[in-house]
Amino acid sequence: MAHATATTEQYAELLQEEQKHQLDERAFGFWLYLMSDALIFSLLFATYAVMVGRTAGGPQAHGLFDLRYTFGETMLLLFSSTTFGLAGLSIRAKNKGAVLFWLAVTFLLGAGFVGMEINEFHGMVVAGAAPERSGFLSAFFTLVATHGLHVTCGLVWIVVLGAEVLRKGLTAPVASRIHRLGLFWHFLDIIWIAIFSVVYLPGSF
Amino acid sequence: MRSLIDTGDPLLRVYLTGFVLALVLTIIPVGLVTLNLLPETTALAVIAVLAVVQMGVHLHYFLHLDFSASERNNLLTLAFTAVIMVIMAGGTVWILYNLHYRMMA
Repeated sequence: MAHATATTEQYAELLQEEQKHQLDERAFGFWLYLMSDALIFSLLFATYAVMVGRTAGGPQAHGLFDLRYTFGETMLLLFSSTTFGLAGLSIRAKNKGAVLFWLAVTFLLGAGFVGMEINEFHGMVVAGAAPERSGFLSAFFTLVATHGLHVTCGLVWIVVLGAEVLRKGLTAPVASRIHRLGLFWHFLDIIWIAIFSVVYLPGSF
Repeated sequence: MRSLIDTGDPLLRVYLTGFVLALVLTIIPVGLVTLNLLPETTALAVIAVLAVVQMGVHLHYFLHLDFSASERNNLLTLAFTAVIMVIMAGGTVWILYNLHYRMMA
């Protein structure tokens, strides 16, 4: 009997090991996706760098951006990265309520960012700085809105995983999905640092 | 009611350190630009350096990238991606600026 129990335990251990291995592999696969996404962004940055002076007599980068406003957007994303980290900590502490709370806070900060960005775009279009106005503006909208779309996808993803936590609890697969969403979210914050430093800061002199 | 933050977790310090560093690294360039402290070319160079440093901070403190064995594959693919980025993005900018220079000359 004692022998049989030991075997069952060993099986359970093996299964757990196998599951952990599988989830680690998925995290690596997701990392590879992020790297290819980073390549797409780097080429959008290259396009922007080439196009930044091609204003076709329209609005220039100088005087078009409000640095205080985009600093606010930067802060929202930075805070949301930190609150997502706290959601990760709550998973380690097996505290379901706290995970849901921090996911909700992250969602609100991210939604605030997307809202600010849509408002900024709307103001620009109304002021005659629409994407079709010049090569510079086409490149600007392509680069910044691609990032904004990513953040929007991240928001949908947060809602879906929040619902999963509610229904299934903090199982290993759910925790690993939240881990991958975290990779995505922090990655988007890194892309934003580049946008802030390449587009908004030089455009605000 | 359990507390929303597990204060005993060593990772908490990691996230807070990352947050504070990122905050400082954002405020410095914003201050440089709003207060016009440096000539434009120097300021742009400082902004570029600080941006790269801040990306490193995010990679280490938020994405937990380091030189440990478990992170080796992530680090290698990141390095490879960085090389491709420099070739493709840097090359694009180089070629097109060169072309522009020749067309306008």
